[in-house]
Amino acid sequence: MLQQIEGSHAIAESVARCRPEVVCAYPISPQTHIIEAIGAMVKEGTLAPCEFINVESEFAAMSVSIGASAAGARAYTATASQGLLFMIEAVYNAAGLGLPIVMTLANRAIGAPINIWNDHSDAMAVRDSGWIQLFAETNQEAADLHVQAFRLAEDLSVPVMVCMDGFILTHAVEGVDLLDQEQVDRFLPPYEPRQVLDPEDPASIGAMVGPEAFEEVRYLAHLRQLDALDRIPEIAAEFAEMFGRDSGGLVRPYRLADADTVIVAMGSVLGTIKDAVDERREAGERIGVLGITSFRPFPLEAVRQALGARERVIVVEKAFSLGMGGVLATDVAMAIGTTTLHTVVAGLGGRPITRVALLDMVDRARAGALEPLSFLDLDEGVIARERARMATVRRSGPFAENVLRDLGRPREDQA
Amino acid sequence: MSETRVHFYQVGSFAVGNRLLSAGERTVQSDRRRTNSIDSGHRACQGCGEALGARYALDAAMRVTSGQLVAVNATGCLEVFSTPFPETSWQIPWLHSLFGNAPAVATGVAAAMRVKGRDQVRVVGQAGDGGTVDIGFGTLSGMFERNDDVLFICYDNEGYMNTGVQRSAATPPAARTATTDAVGPEPGNPFGQGKDLPRIAMAHGIPYVATATVADLHDLERKVERAMSFHGARYLHVFVPCPLGWGAASNDTIHLARLAKETGIFPVYEAEYGEVTGVTKIRRPAPVTDYLRLQRRYAHLFGHPGRPDVVARLQAMADANIARYGLLATEEDE
Repeated sequence: MLQQIEGSHAIAESVARCRPEVVCAYPISPQTHIIEAIGAMVKEGTLAPCEFINVESEFAAMSVSIGASAAGARAYTATASQGLLFMIEAVYNAAGLGLPIVMTLANRAIGAPINIWNDHSDAMAVRDSGWIQLFAETNQEAADLHVQAFRLAEDLSVPVMVCMDGFILTHAVEGVDLLDQEQVDRFLPPYEPRQVLDPEDPASIGAMVGPEAFEEVRYLAHLRQLDALDRIPEIAAEFAEMFGRDSGGLVRPYRLADADTVIVAMGSVLGTIKDAVDERREAGERIGVLGITSFRPFPLEAVRQALGARERVIVVEKAFSLGMGGVLATDVAMAIGTTTLHTVVAGLGGRPITRVALLDMVDRARAGALEPLSFLDLDEGVIARERARMATVRRSGPFAENVLRDLGRPREDQA
Repeated sequence: MSETRVHFYQVGSFAVGNRLLSAGERTVQSDRRRTNSIDSGHRACQGCGEALGARYALDAAMRVTSGQLVAVNATGCLEVFSTPFPETSWQIPWLHSLFGNAPAVATGVAAAMRVKGRDQVRVVGQAGDGGTVDIGFGTLSGMFERNDDVLFICYDNEGYMNTGVQRSAATPPAARTATTDAVGPEPGNPFGQGKDLPRIAMAHGIPYVATATVADLHDLERKVERAMSFHGARYLHVFVPCPLGWGAASNDTIHLARLAKETGIFPVYEAEYGEVTGVTKIRRPAPVTDYLRLQRRYAHLFGHPGRPDVVARLQAMADANIARYGLLATEEDE
C-alpha cells in the first residue's frame, strides 16, 4: 500500500514483515528510528514471536545475532558509522561462520572529527568482511531490498548489509509502497539453516583452521559471493515479476545508450545525478549514469558491459582511501582497465608462498593463462567436494569444519 | 542433598571415595551414563585444571538438563585444545565465535531457543579469566544486567595462558607472568589491582553466583546443578590451577586448588540475589607459604634474601578473606 512514511519506519515495517525472530538494538544516529519502531512492534505484540534485545554495545548486538543465527533463528540488527566499527570483529566473524544475518547500515561518516551526517566511509571499512553490501537509491528500494536481503542471505548462508544513506533516506518522509504480510510470506520462505546448534544432532562450530585449509575455506566464502552475482539479479527478477516493481539487481543503468560520458555512483545521490543528466540530455549532451546496487560482490562483468568503451567515466563516491584515492573508482578501473593486471591471492592463514609456485605464476602470466583473479596453490578438489555437498544437502553443516574433515580423511576416500 | 557425616578419608586426603557415599550422592563422573561432554583425546597439558573443571561442570549440567544443553566458548585454551579439527572433543552442540563476546553469543542462543519454543534447551557460556574479567567483561555485565537465561562459567587460572602466560585482571599480586616479570623493586604483579568478579556478579543482583575449585568436585557438581535450577543469569567462578603458567608440578593441580581454599586465598562460597547464602569452611588451616612455595611464579619471594614483606602482605589478604566470609570452622561446624 502506497503511503507517506519516514524511511526508517518503512524499513521497520518491511523488516517486521520478514518475521525476524531475534532483533538486537543498540542506538546510534541515524539508525535509531528503525530499532525504536521494531521495539514498539515487539512490545505491543504485533511482531511475534520475536525477541527484542536491548544490548550494551554494537559489539554485543552483532554477537547476540551470531548466537541467535547459529541456533537457527532469523536475526536482524541495524547500525551506522562508529557502531559498525565497534562491532567489526563480530562483523567479520558472522561472515566467516556463514551466518545469514541481515543488517541495515544507515550510512554515516566516521570520526574524528565526529560527524553524524551521511557518507559511505562506514560501508567501505567492512568492504572486505565477506558481507554482501547492497546500496539503496530510494526509500522504496531500501524497503524492497530488505525483503530481498533475507531471501539472498538465507539462500547462500551469507550475511547481507543493506546500505541506505543516513538522514537523506532514513529521515526523509516520502511515498513508499510497502509489501503486505501475505506478499512477503509468498516471497520469503521460513529460514532453513545450513548449520544449527541442536542437542539432538550436536555439531562443533567455529573451530580453528590452520594453513592446511584456510585458503580453501576463504575461497569457498569467495565463491558464495560470486554465486550472489547470479542470485541477486534472479531474486530481483522474481521480485519484479511478483510485485511489478524493479528493485535491487547488480547495477542500474540510466540513459546509457550512445553516452560518451558516464557518471558512476551509489546510493541516494543517484537521484541528483539523474536530474543533472536529464538537464544535459535536453541540451543534447550524450551523458548517462550507472548506479551500483551491489557493491559486494562487485559486479565486474556487469559494470564492464554497461560501460563498454566510453570517452570518459566519472566515479562520484562518498568515501575515499586516504593516501590512495577512490575506493569505488578502483573497482570500476578493475572492470574497465585495459592494462593487463592480475591479482594473485596467496599466503592466506599462514600458507607458505613457495618459489616454485611464484615461478609457475609468472610462466602462466606470460602464456596468457593467468586469470585476472587467481588463488595460489588452491586445492580445487576440496572446493569441488564441498560445493557438491552444499548443492545436494541443505543441512550441509559448517563449511570450515567440513573442509577440515575432508582433508583429514584417508587419501583413498578422496578420489 | 542430605548431610551425611563421613568420617573416613582415603589416603589421608579430603577426597571422599564414591563408594563411601550413597548412590544418590555419588558424582556424575562415577555414573557410566555420564555424557563425556568434553571427551578424551583433547590437547590440554598434563594436569590441566581447566579441562578437569569443564568436564565436571558440563557433565553435571548435561545430567540436570537431560542432555538439552548448548555450550558457547570464548577463544582461549579450552577452545584451542578441544577442537583441533577435524577432531573435536565436544559431544554437545558447541559454538566458538570470538574472545570477548561469549556472553552475548550465549544470550543470542538462549533467545533463539526461547523464540523457537525450545525453552528446555539451556545455554552455558564459558571462558577463561581473560575472556571473563577482561575482554569479555562488557558483554558479561550486559548479559547479567538483562538477566538473560545463561549460566556463565569462568575457569580462572589467573592469566593469559594460551598466549604464553601474560598478566590478566585475575592475576594475583606478586605473581610473575610474562608481562609482570620478577624483576625490579616490586617484582611480579603489583598489589592493589585486579577485579573480584564473583562480587561484581553479585552486585548485579543475579539469581545465583558461586565459586568452586577443582579440589572439591562434588561441590562443583552440586553448584552447577543448583545454578541450573534457576532461570536468568547465573555465574560460576571455578579456580583451576595451570601447571604450565604457574610453574607447578602437574600432579599438584588438585593439591594447589585445595591449598588455595584452605589458606583463604580463594574463598569458596555461593550467593543468591546478591546475598551470600553459603560458605565452605576451612578444615585444615594452612599458611599461604604452603601454597606459594609450590609455584615458580612466586619463587622470587623465597630463598635469599627472599621477600618476607611481600609474603606477609599476601598472608594479610588471605586473612582478610577469612574474616570477610567467616571461613574458619568453629566448634559448631565440627
